[in-house]
Amino acid sequence: MTAKATPAKKVIATTSLAGCFGCHMSLLDIDERLFDLIELVDFNKSPLDDIKEFTKECDIGLVEGGCSNDENVHVLTEFRKHCRTLVAVGECAIMGGLPALRNLMPLKDCLDEAYRNGPTVADSNPQQILPHDPDLPKLLDRVYPCHEVVSIDYFLPGCPPSADLIWDALVALVSGNELALEYRTFKFD
Amino acid sequence: MTASAHPTIQSVIARYAGDATRLMDILIDIQEALGCLTHETTAAIAKELKVPQVTVEQTVSFYHFFAREPRGAFVVYLNNSVVAQFHGGEEVATAFEAAAGCRFGEVSADGVVGLFHTACIGMSDQEPAALINGQVFPSLTPDKARALVAGMRAGRTLEDLKGRDYGDGQNAHPLVRALVHNHIRRRGLTVFADYHPGEALAKVTGLSSGEVIAEIKLASVRGRGGAGFPTGMKWEFARRAAGETKYIFCNADEGEPGTFKDRVILTERPQMVFEGMAMAAYAVGAQQGILYVRNEYHYLRDYLEDVLAEMRAQHLLGEAICGVAGFTFDISIQYGAGAYVCGEESALIESAEGKRGEPRDRPPFPVEKGYLQKPTVVNNVETLCSAVQVMLKGPHWYNRLGTEQSKGTKVLCVSGDCERPGIYEVEWGFSVNDILALAGATAVQAVQVGGPSGACIGPEEFERVLAYEDLATGGSFIVIGPQRDLLKDVVLNFTRFFRAESCGSCVPCRALTGMAQVVLERIIDGKGTAEDVERLPSWQAIMRYNRCGLGQTALNPITSTINNFRSLYDGRLARGNPRFVPSFDLAAAVQDYEAAVGAGKD
Amino acid sequence: MASFVRITLDDRVYLAEEGAQLVAAAKECGVYIPTLCNYPGIPPKGACRICTVLVNGIPHTACTTKVVEDMNVVTTTPELEAFRTSIVEILLAEGNHFCPICERSGNCELQALAYRYRVPVSSFPYLFPTRDVEAWHPKLIKDHNRCIQCKRCIRGIHNAKGQAIFAFGKRGDKVVINIDRETSRDISDELAQQAMDICPVGAILRKGKGFDTPIGRRTYDHAPIGSEVAP
Repeated sequence: MTAKATPAKKVIATTSLAGCFGCHMSLLDIDERLFDLIELVDFNKSPLDDIKEFTKECDIGLVEGGCSNDENVHVLTEFRKHCRTLVAVGECAIMGGLPALRNLMPLKDCLDEAYRNGPTVADSNPQQILPHDPDLPKLLDRVYPCHEVVSIDYFLPGCPPSADLIWDALVALVSGNELALEYRTFKFD
Repeated sequence: MTASAHPTIQSVIARYAGDATRLMDILIDIQEALGCLTHETTAAIAKELKVPQVTVEQTVSFYHFFAREPRGAFVVYLNNSVVAQFHGGEEVATAFEAAAGCRFGEVSADGVVGLFHTACIGMSDQEPAALINGQVFPSLTPDKARALVAGMRAGRTLEDLKGRDYGDGQNAHPLVRALVHNHIRRRGLTVFADYHPGEALAKVTGLSSGEVIAEIKLASVRGRGGAGFPTGMKWEFARRAAGETKYIFCNADEGEPGTFKDRVILTERPQMVFEGMAMAAYAVGAQQGILYVRNEYHYLRDYLEDVLAEMRAQHLLGEAICGVAGFTFDISIQYGAGAYVCGEESALIESAEGKRGEPRDRPPFPVEKGYLQKPTVVNNVETLCSAVQVMLKGPHWYNRLGTEQSKGTKVLCVSGDCERPGIYEVEWGFSVNDILALAGATAVQAVQVGGPSGACIGPEEFERVLAYEDLATGGSFIVIGPQRDLLKDVVLNFTRFFRAESCGSCVPCRALTGMAQVVLERIIDGKGTAEDVERLPSWQAIMRYNRCGLGQTALNPITSTINNFRSLYDGRLARGNPRFVPSFDLAAAVQDYEAAVGAGKD
Repeated sequence: MASFVRITLDDRVYLAEEGAQLVAAAKECGVYIPTLCNYPGIPPKGACRICTVLVNGIPHTACTTKVVEDMNVVTTTPELEAFRTSIVEILLAEGNHFCPICERSGNCELQALAYRYRVPVSSFPYLFPTRDVEAWHPKLIKDHNRCIQCKRCIRGIHNAKGQAIFAFGKRGDKVVINIDRETSRDISDELAQQAMDICPVGAILRKGKGFDTPIGRRTYDHAPIGSEVAP
């Protein structure tokens, strides 16, 4: 339904939730294949083209990062609504990744360390304030892998996934061929 | 640890000649003397035994009756099994908490009362029941709970709290003095038939060991713990195994929730059990026997020791048994300390050697390398009683009882939603309906046959029969009435049980029991998906590669009810678009944050 | 004197040393059976179950099975491969495995098996258990987040007097591996290194060690685990 206007080109959306944009950097690392890519696809909502909201239904959503706050959940839900195929890209999207290190302790302890007791803040926050502006996203009790919030169709491992893996996956998704996961590109780090 | 603790530790260890394989006895005795086994205590034990402290800790931390810190002057272990919950366990627990002024898992501020939960304690016919400082307090009510705590605070003794309203039969024996009831509703032809100690041994000692085994084989006696291994074959293997030193173990570690037959047999027929062990010793060529009893039955210790002494005096144990020169066999009692998995025979042996109760890899089987690496027979309590009757009345008599593949009788432990819970000794081949009629169960949603590791069946299957070839059971028979929420009240309880009782060695058992609980709770909360219900049976396929029976059957409560009561699962599934995972609850997920910043607002 | 007997591995007949461990014997024959809790030279335990094979049709852990004459072993079937993949997935979800910050990444056997079986994500619920990192020991760090309870350290590492240094604590999904303060007190750097090496994952580390092999030169960077046995 989505790509009918331009049947030859698939439409891709990307986002970074609780990630570091490293996966996006890795996407850009496909180097000169970027020229091939823009022949194959159009981008919709994505930091790459700065389209903030979905303006059409998309074929492929690439999600970097897990869900650490309610805004992440909102964006991920929007991606699920607007993308026919949703791909969790990188360790954070897949299993929480490094942000999920905070899952090993209570949220309160994290906040206290970050804003009240940590060596860099202890003296600068005499009123012991925790940020709570209504415009700030609310932190979740832990970082959730994307597939614990919405259904995910494919997972691309790596921190970040190698540019070759991302390229191979995009080519497979656009062409409808099965992705041959090469050992060379299948890594968790 | 106080300064006076050291001499206690030293004297206990001296009692066991500093033998580290007796660590279970050492720990039980030291805990009895000192109240708990602190880090300092295990350090002292390790030093005395000349083993690393982590090795001692490895055993201590495995068994849930070993306390690492003081658990109160009166330690209440309240059973939270399925059947206890059926009969008001929750209300009793609430009454205990209110009266004691502390939660379960805690000790009251004055140090008088400690409240702890424990799994099935073998009293399913008189639940809710608690162990208090090792004594059984059955058929509890909230009023009784309040009175008990008040009595503890008033400085009354344990005997005083117990009163004198002892149970029937040998429960009232001067060395038992237990409030426990036998509830023997039906005496069958084997275990609870008339019996005179020594007659079977007299007959056996007139035969060769090969002839004894031939009789047992001819009778087709099979193990009564549940697995049904042919007893004669087990004895034969052990007899043929190389080596002079061999052991006979009696497995009285019944921990399968809903089972209590070994408790009643040990109360009413201990001579028969010991005589069976001596017969096995004669057949196998063993010199030493060990009765491994679950810690919940510690209140029978003095009585059982007395029976053993009496049998020694009668030359039914000791040297030259029945006057046969060279037939020397004696029995000691080994107590466990709270671990269901020790009912598995190789785990039981590990435990008796003073280690954590972790099942062994097989081969070698215990009949080749068992206790202390010597050939060892492990027989169930009831199996040994069956063997005694076979020797008394002959294999042909025995073969007339039961079905084609299941000979003899079975002692059933009926509990749950029925009029007459208790012990029913029936011939193999009775149908579920037969048992329900005997027990006075009229409205029945389901029956859990063989305990959590067995099967949960609905009325359409009540004509099935109890037999190894149909519904195998170690004895547990739990009647579940229509008023019960099968998934929440039964399946979830069993799943938690297995999670808590896994030894933790095999990956699937250690991890999937907990993961299954996560998914099951999700379904019960109305947040599960059809995919969740599909995936649980596929996990069962993984579980069958576990080392022992516990691990292989730990998901049975779930898979059995998915097979037989699928609509109960389907009816609870979340509605809505499956692309949005229903178990993710945004409102719940931000609660911690809101609580934290709410408290921190200026 | 070792005697050699005929065994069948996946429909091919081989000669193998009678009484040898099946995993090792298969390796000699060029047949790879994946392992995780197994380690050459220490008593097998059959804990991880990943080496499960069919011996005369019945599932057995190959690490605890000895070669006997005429045994017929099937090392791989779709069911066995699915089971092995599940074991990897279960372990990834059971503990806290953050590969990008792990000293053992690239040399980790669990990760390598996940690569071999192309497991990008666990299909089991991630539990994110609360576990400790113990750093009190002068030479060792025990990161319980990464521990897969294989007991290789328990079985394989003893001090100069032959005493155990590691042991299990607790049971079920609470099992934890403890280090003995006394028996581990004076361990040599060599023994500390052995403890680190015997751990299949990054749960035992030597203080001050790690990340000393650059990406691209680590054990499993280029070829799957098992390629050394059956390329």
